[in-house]
Amino acid sequence: MKNRSKTTKNNIITYIMVILLFAVMQTLVSTGNVSSLLKGLLVPLCAYIILAVSLNLTVGILGELSLGHAGFMCVGAFTSAFFSKCTADLIPISGVRYLLALLIGAAAAGLCGILIGIPVLRLKGDYLAIVTLAFGEIIKNIVNILFIGRDENGFHFSTKDSLSLGLSPEGEVLINGPQGITGTPQDSSFFIGVVLILVTLFIVLNLIHSRSGRAIMAIRDNRIAAESIGINITKYKLMAFSISAALAGVGGVIYAHNLATLTAQPKNFGYNMSIMILVFVVLGGIGNIRGSIIAAIVLTLLPELLRGLSDYRMLIYAVVLIVMMLFNWSPKAIEWREKCSAKWKRNKQKEA
Amino acid sequence: MKFKKVVSAVLLAAMTMTCMAGCGSNSDSQSGSGSSNSSSGSGDTIKIGGIGPVTGSAAVYGMAVKNGAELAVKEINAAGGINGAQIEFDFQDDENDAEKAVNAYNTLKDWGTQAVLGTVTSAPCVAVGEVAQADNTFLLTPSGTAVDCVKYDNAFRVCFSDPMQGLESAKYIGEHNLATKVAAIYDSSDVYSSGIYEAFVKEAANQNFEIVAAEAFTKESNSDFSVQLQKAKDAGAELVFLPFYYTEASLVLKQAAGMNYSPMFFGCDGMDGILAVKGFDAELANDLVFLSPFTPTSEDEAIQKFVTDFQEAYGETPNQFAADAYDGIYAIKAAMEQAKVTPDMSVTDICDALKTAMTEITIDGVTAKSLTWEASGEPSKEPMVVKIADGDYAVVE
Repeated sequence: MKNRSKTTKNNIITYIMVILLFAVMQTLVSTGNVSSLLKGLLVPLCAYIILAVSLNLTVGILGELSLGHAGFMCVGAFTSAFFSKCTADLIPISGVRYLLALLIGAAAAGLCGILIGIPVLRLKGDYLAIVTLAFGEIIKNIVNILFIGRDENGFHFSTKDSLSLGLSPEGEVLINGPQGITGTPQDSSFFIGVVLILVTLFIVLNLIHSRSGRAIMAIRDNRIAAESIGINITKYKLMAFSISAALAGVGGVIYAHNLATLTAQPKNFGYNMSIMILVFVVLGGIGNIRGSIIAAIVLTLLPELLRGLSDYRMLIYAVVLIVMMLFNWSPKAIEWREKCSAKWKRNKQKEA
Repeated sequence: MKFKKVVSAVLLAAMTMTCMAGCGSNSDSQSGSGSSNSSSGSGDTIKIGGIGPVTGSAAVYGMAVKNGAELAVKEINAAGGINGAQIEFDFQDDENDAEKAVNAYNTLKDWGTQAVLGTVTSAPCVAVGEVAQADNTFLLTPSGTAVDCVKYDNAFRVCFSDPMQGLESAKYIGEHNLATKVAAIYDSSDVYSSGIYEAFVKEAANQNFEIVAAEAFTKESNSDFSVQLQKAKDAGAELVFLPFYYTEASLVLKQAAGMNYSPMFFGCDGMDGILAVKGFDAELANDLVFLSPFTPTSEDEAIQKFVTDFQEAYGETPNQFAADAYDGIYAIKAAMEQAKVTPDMSVTDICDALKTAMTEITIDGVTAKSLTWEASGEPSKEPMVVKIADGDYAVVE
């Protein structure tokens, strides 16, 4: 019991932290003490937290590098936004529609994860990083040439331009190539976002501490040893990777249903975003789920809260990133931190 | 390990503190503006916010809008402000990203903005439009060309919409019998370019010319146009329509000259500025025709004054974005004067008043003479046709 209680306690702290943050923010919002800026940031924050946690499953637990997490997010965002836009009149209850959109977004992203994982996860080395990097760029480019319209004759597809869809005059262009999807119903809310964070945490933390999770970590730590004791390497790798992809899809669904316009640009679904999520994971601590949450919150809020400094905010953001990176990972800094903490402990003991 | 925990706890605490601090200062400013609503005289400035990219790849457009708007604000303030109230102007960065644009809008809302000039680019503009509509905030975009930018009745724009430009170009070519065989090259990854192209093709069906080649390129392949030009040449096109920005257009002209292909080239307002491209032989651009709302070399007195003032203040020649923003601020001023807006009015009241006032005003701007607006948010103005001759822009009547 005592042995188990340590991980359980650790997990409970993570859950409580999220719930506490939610409660604090919710009271502040309902009492009108929150700036519009922060209120507007709450939903994107939820999306980024889910993305960071899901990537941590791949990077920290599975030990593979994924540089295309924004690609999975993009798949989830576009499939779900497409679904929501199609069925906006059909399903008037936003809750039901959003739930279905979530499932579709997660399933589509998960499917992409499986399709990529089947060939690539059989390989050793950094191949996953290379393939996911390409995947993210490919998805972004595919979305940018995709035109889908709808009229009374059904759906029309094209990869050229919206004219070649051949829509009737009443027809409506749903996905308009580089202009993306406009007019997605804004169904995401802070409450739903937090519930989804908790669901994500539940899935990830339970997976980590399950039999499968230990098998996954065994593969990470020593592939040959894991193989020798009969662990099916590809199966467990694929499991972790596809779950990670599906959760990234969920992040994309939240993102897509928060803004009225959805375009696939390098900024939001390209390489930059993938790296951004990776930065959350690395700064929060690889394999540390709670750290990912905190890093995602801090790094998303930082550039917005620094708006007061106008031109200098990007500079300061970069400096903070470097300082945090040094503090967390530089050997000298780790040594210094250990020295400090030892001193601190000694002082405490003396006092006691 | 223990120390790390302490650090994370401290970070968490610091974050919550900053949140609280942010909220605190905000609630102050909010209650401040609230009290100024009731007690007259305490708030005597009109706050106008601006949104646009001042960092990232689209920064050149955002900076132009920022400078143009600031110049107009300075002039208006020096001349006594709007209805006797000075203007305060705050420009927020959106990095050309829809999500960041909403954050920028929320920042302006916290600051107490009473009308917004923005956003500069189309996709962020649609996102901000949705949020601003919910708050009923007046929105005037200087250069958001996509149709959906002014979907709601609180949004207006200074520039032409994409379809409008395509339509006008096709009409101009048809009516002036410039060519019978036309080729179009466009950037399929760009909203602006593909929007113009589509409207152009639609209108071409009603005109007396034929589109013999339509070739696309993307942002990733915008340096070599020999394939597209070769196809246009093979199809026997007498006129090539180039609805994109001048940086790519300068390459098209150079490469066309390299392969001894000299059709007539026709562009849109993005072509403005081509003569300033470094290392570009102005000779190549001779006889290039394009639609433009603004020409810095125009003889017009108001434009000349704007151009000299702008050059004095920022050391560069203003482009159409700066001109649109300059007119945008003057339009807000005119509409506010028409609606007798005072600084103590709430955002919603101002928005409702401006909605009707915008359709009643006529301003003599630098992008058009007698500029008026329709309730749909579209400006009604005549596009100018500019032809390059002897290395200089010249307005064609």
